[in-house]
Amino acid sequence: MWLYALRRLVLTLPILFGVTVICFALVQIAPGDPIQNLLSPTASQEDADRLRAAYGLDQPLPIQYFIWIAKVLRGDLGMSIANNAPVATEVFRAFGNTITIALISVALAFVLSMILGVIAAYRSGSIVDKLITAVAVFGISVPTFWLGVVLVIVFAVNMFWLPATGMGASGSETFNYFNWEDFKFAIMPIIALALPPLGIMTRTTRASLAEILNQDFVQTLRAKGLSETAVMFHAVRNIMPQAVAMLGLQLGYLIGGSVLVETVFTWPGTGFLLNKAILTRDIPLLQGTILVLATVFVLINLVVDLAQSVIDPRIKRA
Amino acid sequence: MKSSRMPGVFKAAAFAALASAGFAGSAFAESVLRVAMTAADIPDFTGAPDQGYEGYRFAGYTLYDGLALWDLSSSDKAADIMPGLATSWEIDPANNKRWIYHLREGVKYHDGCDWNADSAIWNFARVMDPTAPQFNPRHVGGMGTYTAQIESIDKVDDYTIAINTKAPSSLFPYEMAMYYMISDCAVTAAGNDYVKYGAHPSGTGPYMFDSVTPHERLELVKNPNYWNPDRIPKHDRLVLLPMPEASTRAAALLSGQVDFVEAPSPDTIPRLKSAGMQIITVPYPHNWDYMFRMDVPPFNDLRVRQAANYAVNRQDMVDMLQGVATAADQTLIPSQKWYGNPVKYEYDPEKAKALLTEAGCIPCVIKVGISTSGSGQMQPLPMNELVKEQLDEAGFQVELIPMDWNALIGVFLAGADGTEYNAINFSMAPIDAVQGVLKKWMSGNASPNCCNWGVYNNPEVDALGEQAIAEFDPVKRDALLTKMNETVVADASELYIVHDLNPRALSPKLSGFVQAQSWFQDLTPIVVAP
Repeated sequence: MWLYALRRLVLTLPILFGVTVICFALVQIAPGDPIQNLLSPTASQEDADRLRAAYGLDQPLPIQYFIWIAKVLRGDLGMSIANNAPVATEVFRAFGNTITIALISVALAFVLSMILGVIAAYRSGSIVDKLITAVAVFGISVPTFWLGVVLVIVFAVNMFWLPATGMGASGSETFNYFNWEDFKFAIMPIIALALPPLGIMTRTTRASLAEILNQDFVQTLRAKGLSETAVMFHAVRNIMPQAVAMLGLQLGYLIGGSVLVETVFTWPGTGFLLNKAILTRDIPLLQGTILVLATVFVLINLVVDLAQSVIDPRIKRA
Repeated sequence: MKSSRMPGVFKAAAFAALASAGFAGSAFAESVLRVAMTAADIPDFTGAPDQGYEGYRFAGYTLYDGLALWDLSSSDKAADIMPGLATSWEIDPANNKRWIYHLREGVKYHDGCDWNADSAIWNFARVMDPTAPQFNPRHVGGMGTYTAQIESIDKVDDYTIAINTKAPSSLFPYEMAMYYMISDCAVTAAGNDYVKYGAHPSGTGPYMFDSVTPHERLELVKNPNYWNPDRIPKHDRLVLLPMPEASTRAAALLSGQVDFVEAPSPDTIPRLKSAGMQIITVPYPHNWDYMFRMDVPPFNDLRVRQAANYAVNRQDMVDMLQGVATAADQTLIPSQKWYGNPVKYEYDPEKAKALLTEAGCIPCVIKVGISTSGSGQMQPLPMNELVKEQLDEAGFQVELIPMDWNALIGVFLAGADGTEYNAINFSMAPIDAVQGVLKKWMSGNASPNCCNWGVYNNPEVDALGEQAIAEFDPVKRDALLTKMNETVVADASELYIVHDLNPRALSPKLSGFVQAQSWFQDLTPIVVAP
């Protein structure tokens, strides 16, 4: 298994290289450039050219790319053009803010989806099953940014229960998850983030468990006189590899793909950072963030693959 | 841990000042003003703000002063400049390229360093002398445009400098209202490293830096020793929060997270009013227009430009915006000195159609570059849809090309002849005659020089501009600029649409704010009730 893990890690490198090339090319295709946000409203094209040269943006694209990748290989993600801060500091700070709510959201979604999925599969075709399926479809279909805005209107603007925006009353650097005054800022982002994975995982759990329950060995277990709880225990164990795979995938999506939720709630995580980097064409920041997210995504998938073989010895990773 | 903090000695000074102001003995309650900006990020606060004039408004004039400042004390007239770090200035009677500036004495930077002629000269070298250790290319991008006319600077005495311009320049003092002075001691102490300086920035402004959480908040505290006692802030702390989403800003105000919101969207205003918020609007030198490309058809034909101006029903636009804008007759607003008595283009679609027919351009196909958002761009998507509908009705065939704000700035910088567009919807700030008249219309200001995007070229206008630049009698100069502006309007050199009224929403806890007719605002008089 360790050899397998090592091989997978080595295979990650070309994937990451491809990600950086595509990302770099996409930013270049888009019109506009990073220095335009730094200029005064009456700056001239000459001022722009001078600043572009100061940041090396007047160099041919392949050279710009190789200068960047050479630095990355030495462990230097460069400096953000928009706010003159090291990209590594920016990305890791944002990553810390995202990972916590992403983990809470996925854990919440996982536990709820297992409960709902098992109930729905066990009571297949009943009204409870239909209700749970409706919840799942809602979770999959509803756009998170819309849900975010609705949550803000209901709980912040009309009821004054929760704050509308931001991370903590005095910013993310003093944020403490164990302090209610701070934690209440995280509640709406967590709900908005948790709903889509809840929907997807509930549907998957229900579908795969229903299939398992129709298999012969379940009949055998029942025929042998096992209690329904014991039967369900055996059945649920059979869907765990699939559920864990789903969990890993959803966590990966939440870490990288929460741009909309984080923007709606001004939550200073990686999605929020990516949005800013795109709007200001902050190429080093964009490249650095995507590289880190892609690495994490690949690593999560690797961990999931390894975890699957631990849970289910029939799955061999060699 | 916050990434940077004001040195303890200044906190102690601030506290001592508050205590002496009557807080001693009573429970110490800091009054805090929390502002939601429209900016997507915290603007640069090291003395060369980015992100448009909102950056100057909140991270510029709060921390720093220029030789001149904008007088923002009145809502009744367009703001003009007044003495700042210089108490007065005059042109050398013997040399019309030499401005003498008398510097204010007794002023100290927030770090205790003295403001004087040496500091002023050091500050100009920061963007003008590439060999100076404090030279900062980033600041050149942000501030270089204001020093572009300077040839050299002489120290006359400790509190007098002479600025030599490359050519006679009667409006030069306006440039000096935009150029910030930063503490030379602070930059030197940071080893001329502006990233380190950013941890303890120091100016002479009414607020002092306290802390920053990147992308989230910039916290400033009042400068109890500000040189102008009338402008010492009436609150203790100013917290600036970037919130680019208009709905988020409105929600933050309604839920009590902020006290002062920039540019609430028109559709949220009734809700904000019903919750008791103060909605403040005032005209200011803002211009929401289409810049025409005038060196090629169809807009090289005066009749086509006039037709576009007759085709737009500005009242419809004002109604759509729920009254937070006024109809525009020209680039400038009526309270500006150079407005004059120009031609006015009333809504007349029949006349527009007739002009297009006469010009032989029906349907008159045009491609217009627009942005999806951006500083001063108001609500660009619905507004452009309305303009397109009205122009199409009068015989144009408009294709709107949307892009994000950054991309549109690129189109603007490149100049019309470097792009594929017949017009762009690009809102500029005609805050003075330099930006609103001279740079906009003189042929020498076409790209790569700012800001004559459409390559407008009228020798009569150029001649008037040259005379105005060389005329040091303000009355005669303003007459020349007014005539220049009237000529440009007669040429229908833009599609004039609306001026923004700059709505702001304030919590009922706030009092004392005077909204100036300016892009810049003075927050210092605001009192925050507990």
